[in-house]
Amino acid sequence: MRPAESKTEKWGLLTVALIMVVLLPSLNAFTPAGTFLHVSNFSINLYGKYLCYAILAISVDLLWGYTGMLSLGQALFFTLGGYMMGMYLMRMIGNLGQYHQPIPDFLVFLGWGTLPTFWKPFSSFPFAILMAFLLPGVVAAIFGFLAFHSRIRGVYFSILTQALTYAACLLFFRNSLLLGGNNGFTDFKFILGYDLRSPGTQRGLYIATALALVLVYLGCRWLSRTKFGLVQQAIRDSENRVLFSGYAAGYYKLFVFVLCAFIAALGGILYVPQVGIINPGEMGTEKSLEAVVWVAVGGRGTLIGPVLGAIFINALKSWTTRAYPDMWLLILGTLFILVTVFMPKGIVGLPGQLRSLHGRFRPKSAPAPAASTEPKPEMAKTK
Amino acid sequence: MSWRVSCQNGCSLRLMGRSGCSAPRLFMNLAPKLLVWLLSGGIFFGCFSARADNTPDSDIRQKLVQAIQSDGQAQQQLLNELAESGAKIVHDVLTAWIREGVYLYDGPDGSKIPVILDDQLDPEGKARAIRIIDGQFIKDASGKELRFASADLNTAETDMRLRSSVQQSMDTLALSAPNPEERNSAVLKLGNSQKPRYIPILQARLTKETVTAVRRSIDEAIALLQLADPDPKMEIAAAQHLAELKSIGALANIKSLMNKPGCPLDVVKACRGAVQVIDNHIAFVNFIGTIFHGLSLGSILLVVALGLAITFGLMGIINMAHGEMIAVGAYTCYVVQNIFGSGFGFSITLPISFGGKMIQFGLHIPGLNATGWWFESYFLFAIPLSFLMAALAGLAIERTVIRFLYRRPLESLLATWGISLVMQQLFRMVFGANNVQVNSPSWLLGHFSLNDVTFDYNRVFVIVFAILIVIGTWLLLTKTPLGLLIRAVMQNRAMASSLGVRTARVNMLTFSFGSGLAGLAGAFLSQIGNVGPSLGQTYIVDSFMTVVLGGVGSIVGTVCSAFGIGTADEVLQQTTGSPVTGKIVVLVGIILFLQWKPGGLFASRSRSLD
Repeated sequence: MRPAESKTEKWGLLTVALIMVVLLPSLNAFTPAGTFLHVSNFSINLYGKYLCYAILAISVDLLWGYTGMLSLGQALFFTLGGYMMGMYLMRMIGNLGQYHQPIPDFLVFLGWGTLPTFWKPFSSFPFAILMAFLLPGVVAAIFGFLAFHSRIRGVYFSILTQALTYAACLLFFRNSLLLGGNNGFTDFKFILGYDLRSPGTQRGLYIATALALVLVYLGCRWLSRTKFGLVQQAIRDSENRVLFSGYAAGYYKLFVFVLCAFIAALGGILYVPQVGIINPGEMGTEKSLEAVVWVAVGGRGTLIGPVLGAIFINALKSWTTRAYPDMWLLILGTLFILVTVFMPKGIVGLPGQLRSLHGRFRPKSAPAPAASTEPKPEMAKTK
Repeated sequence: MSWRVSCQNGCSLRLMGRSGCSAPRLFMNLAPKLLVWLLSGGIFFGCFSARADNTPDSDIRQKLVQAIQSDGQAQQQLLNELAESGAKIVHDVLTAWIREGVYLYDGPDGSKIPVILDDQLDPEGKARAIRIIDGQFIKDASGKELRFASADLNTAETDMRLRSSVQQSMDTLALSAPNPEERNSAVLKLGNSQKPRYIPILQARLTKETVTAVRRSIDEAIALLQLADPDPKMEIAAAQHLAELKSIGALANIKSLMNKPGCPLDVVKACRGAVQVIDNHIAFVNFIGTIFHGLSLGSILLVVALGLAITFGLMGIINMAHGEMIAVGAYTCYVVQNIFGSGFGFSITLPISFGGKMIQFGLHIPGLNATGWWFESYFLFAIPLSFLMAALAGLAIERTVIRFLYRRPLESLLATWGISLVMQQLFRMVFGANNVQVNSPSWLLGHFSLNDVTFDYNRVFVIVFAILIVIGTWLLLTKTPLGLLIRAVMQNRAMASSLGVRTARVNMLTFSFGSGLAGLAGAFLSQIGNVGPSLGQTYIVDSFMTVVLGGVGSIVGTVCSAFGIGTADEVLQQTTGSPVTGKIVVLVGIILFLQWKPGGLFASRSRSLD
């Protein structure tokens, strides 16, 4: 990744960021509907969702691609963030719900007359945002401390995070948790006083998401180039060697794990108002695995890979579930098998793979330049 | 099915189907024993059916006719004799009699023939008359069956006294039914009737009854009836006797007696003692019941996790498609059941058109239309087949995907998850998105009770079978040449390979054996729960936890943790009253336990630093 620190990358990045943050929303806002350049409200909403997933994917990649910890629990942190945001949004409904009561509908349905105490502070937006980061952070810190303290790593870490997510998912399905049970939260009306259904609000949320993605991307990019980032990648490549060199690998991992929980939660916070629903199904083990698929398909160990993967797979999903609803799982599964077996570096690694393949088939006619220069960055990457 | 594994020093080991096939073979050898065991588990019922009624049918019919035609003392005597017979015909005729459904038909020779009318009425509301004496229809001289309306015939007279004595005979009759279960329920009915007049009948029956369980019930019923006796001494004796018998059914009666106003103090005291004893007994029964359920849940987990302990524990492959192997086993049971029944077929239409035609393929297997025991035996065929099918599926997966990933265990997780998605979708396309019905063979239905604890046959079957599978796996791994090779390859693949072991082949066999075990688990699950496309997903997290908790690579650990998790789960479900809470507590408990012992219960010790 070092060699990629070039002008082209910077300019490319700037262009993409401008397109995402400025161009698309402008096209949505300022071009008349039905014209060629117009981006519909539906599309903006959809792109917003993809970008939230991209943030989640970056958090998975920072753990898996950069630190070598495959977490199958990132969806948990994403959903926890989303739930906290959802609680705020539920409070904002006021008494416009089905029952016209000042408390959320499902609580009325469960027979509550007044608001449970822990719900009360969530009327405040800053508190909800604070909790949306704090809760996933605390869960990640406790779990991470326990796990890294007893040196659980590799496969066991994956399985334990999966179990944690599964347990949390079961918990959130319960009505007695007073968080909506099966149905979760939905039917939101307002955020910060703006009507959630108006195109303007949705556009604003989209811009916020795009900005957040750019910031997360830049932050992670910066982090991966600091000394911290180097230790992090060293842990991925040989944890024992890092330990024996005198680094407390456990604390590095804990920091990354909590940071990734924050990033995932950020994704969740932005996801809920745009999608308009949050329920325990988002927490299921398969959702976490799906996020891992995005990273694997996009290319792990790079920061642009997860973003590409998340957008590509979700766009594919939107298209197939509409065109061939039965085939979606088949396509996803097959894609996943093929990518894992044949494209370990994902989409981002594809040009390199093709080039080395090309070099292998034409070793005699063009021996000198292509074949000798190409493998080097590859080697640098893998070692 | 034989292959040679040649070693460096020139020796060769001949492995005659000791791999994937050995478990089914082992099973085939053991299945008859298992059946015997199960049947002997049914001793309780087995000895029941021995008692048949010895009186020939015609004798009984003769007596019935006599009883209807006679009166007074002789009639009473005949009724008593009939009551002892326990025959169904007696029950039918006596029931008809007290409902005024026995008629006297004037025979051609002037005799009065007792008849009952057939249930089937013709359009005019007339029915054929059945002679009680021989069960034949009444015909006229030309041999034509005669039809009567009930008003056409004279009813056999009954009066108050006769009806009550017939009723009493019928109560006794139920007590001497040939089937001990029927006898038992008749006894319970009388016991709960609160009518002390049944005491002599029950006592009379007690002297004749041979089956222990029924004797116990009669004893209990007599005590229950005595409890309703006005004499306090009798009540105290009855309460004490019920306490001795630890009769759960009597608890309500004792309590109501105790709380009755004006109940003498010593009676209350005796009752209180009895309630105490019975309550303790109930707690004990519930405890054993919970443990039993926990063990059976643990056995299911065990069979599911055992395959995983091999593919994950020994090979290091995280097979997320393990759950789908379970589903393969369960669906195999379904297909076998349908083949024994009316046949199995499916057709899939792909949403891709090819030259204007939709691609469609399907399969139809005609059924054997088996019935009776032949159909019931389908499960015996389904078990080895489900092992085989899952093993074949595992073989295919290993050859096409997993062999590329032995060096990248984390990525095996991802690729196998892809496989799991594809397989789930295939199940949906072939078998439909809804659950399919797999009927348990009748020999797995039902239950037996020991000391008031109910043991379901299918749960016992699962426990026994899980133990057999564990033993089989253990034997395979430790006592066969293939097991030796498996262990060698799993401990050090490179070293084994350089000593001439064909590691690729061993990997393949090990993986398909692990998958086959998952298939067996599926066969069980089809008997216990629903079979649907996402069957495997239910168990995948649990089974991974079982393996991790037990200590990766340790079969003993897997056994302990499976039973441990199963029992803990069941106990917590009982104490917290909600299945979900129990499960969450178990999961969190496991996570915490692994902080204490990161390697699991039976961690394999190694000096190597991974």
